[in-house]
Amino acid sequence: MAKPIGLEVSLAVSEAVRLCDCDVVAAYPITPQTHIVEHLSELVANGHLNAAYIPVESEQSAMSSCIGSSAAGARTFTATSSQGLALMNEMLYIAPVLRTPIVMAIANRALSAPINIWNDHSDIMSVRDAGWVGLFAENGQEALDLTIVSFRVAEDRQVSLPVTLNIDGFTLSHFIEPILLPTLEEVAAYLPPFKPLVKLDIAKPISMGLLGTPESYAESRKATDDVLLGSLSVIKKAFAEFHKAFGREYKAVETYKSDDAETVLLTMGSISETAMTAVDEMREKGEKVGLVRLRVWRPFPSEDFLQAVSKAKNLAVIDRHISLGVPFGPVCLEAKSLLYDAPARPSVTNFILGLGGRDVTREDFKEITQKAKALSGKSQSRFDLIGVWE
Amino acid sequence: MIKGIDALMKASDLPDAFTAEPGSTLAFKTGDWRSLRPKLDREKCIYCAFCYIYCPDGVYQDMGKDEKYFKPDLDYCKGCGICAHECPKKCIEMVLEEV
Ligand code: SF4
Ligand code: SF4
Repeated sequence: MAKPIGLEVSLAVSEAVRLCDCDVVAAYPITPQTHIVEHLSELVANGHLNAAYIPVESEQSAMSSCIGSSAAGARTFTATSSQGLALMNEMLYIAPVLRTPIVMAIANRALSAPINIWNDHSDIMSVRDAGWVGLFAENGQEALDLTIVSFRVAEDRQVSLPVTLNIDGFTLSHFIEPILLPTLEEVAAYLPPFKPLVKLDIAKPISMGLLGTPESYAESRKATDDVLLGSLSVIKKAFAEFHKAFGREYKAVETYKSDDAETVLLTMGSISETAMTAVDEMREKGEKVGLVRLRVWRPFPSEDFLQAVSKAKNLAVIDRHISLGVPFGPVCLEAKSLLYDAPARPSVTNFILGLGGRDVTREDFKEITQKAKALSGKSQSRFDLIGVWE
Repeated sequence: MIKGIDALMKASDLPDAFTAEPGSTLAFKTGDWRSLRPKLDREKCIYCAFCYIYCPDGVYQDMGKDEKYFKPDLDYCKGCGICAHECPKKCIEMVLEEV
């Protein structure tokens, strides 16, 4: 039986990329993602990973290189954060339609302004419509495991789409945790060699990145959306086979003490672990509270989500990003739109916290639970920004 | 048959990843974008090849040493008028495309 080793979570992601025998890493350093690609460059330089490491001059170039290398049939990885993700924006929308599988770890960080290097979800939320599969890890082991799962999902020929693996910047990326490292053989048995759906090949040329006229643009976007929605079944299968191979179980929507809960909290990412502790403490005092966490953000796991929350009386949706000019955060908007047509639906409230690295504590979840109960059956006109000084 | 993206194609029939085989734009006739067509006065033409060189779509064909003129392929000529503008003898006239 393998023993866990103490490893910084960023380095665990890099080690997972090594175990997946990645062919190309094209990346530009940016806080708090830097350790991931820094360690990868060491692994390549020291001969532990037989890959081409492309030190590009910007994130726009990083993503362009990734699209090119994936199209040429290479297993491809990159990582970024915040402004780096924003600089990739135009290329991010291109990769899914070109069906180029790429795995990108995002050490989630707030977007400027004001300049802020700390954690929230404004970076990933700004590209939520780009067509990438989006997964969230809550701890170090998950960050490693889901990196492996991400390659498997991305390269599945039924999917053949890029995947973002979201790990909270600093609060997850920079922590040292006990982590189990699988062997190269175990990973190779789980992750088959990359056989691209379409490939740039001199012997059999094709054109990629064509003009889509008004007569074909809509059809192409729809075709990509069909593939992304259909990827959920592949993700679930990849989770199930990961469970079989490595013994650790993942679900598209994770639940914690939510079956009989009157009030359910909805979270994504590493704050979920704090929320679990808060739920335990509230349960000890007799509070019927539970937690539901979205592990898969895109494609939105609508059915699993509805199943997990529809029995509750109150649903408190927690966002880590303000969609400026809209009364509710992006996760809440998804929840509300899906619940609108549900035969039985909980009273939905929205709380935003942990912006720009503001601490998220167990007390915050207790406050949210009380507020959600007090607002039960009433309508909330706008999100409640927890801990804001006014 | 060169496989490209046809003007009308169901989402389910589109090639994976929106790709096309090389040369597929040959099947994409852009001539109907034209509102003016180039009309040549062969009497004045000196066979200098300016039209052939300047045409941004490369649609002029050399008719050879005996014929001594260049002929636009109207399946692809977009009617931009650059050939008429560049012709040193002003022997290309852009005439309204009749419908
Ligand atoms: S009108 Fe424009 S496209 Fe047509 S032959 Fe002349 S230069 Fe070429
Ligand atoms: S540019 Fe004018 S003169 Fe020269 S070949 Fe063309 S039509 Fe003739």
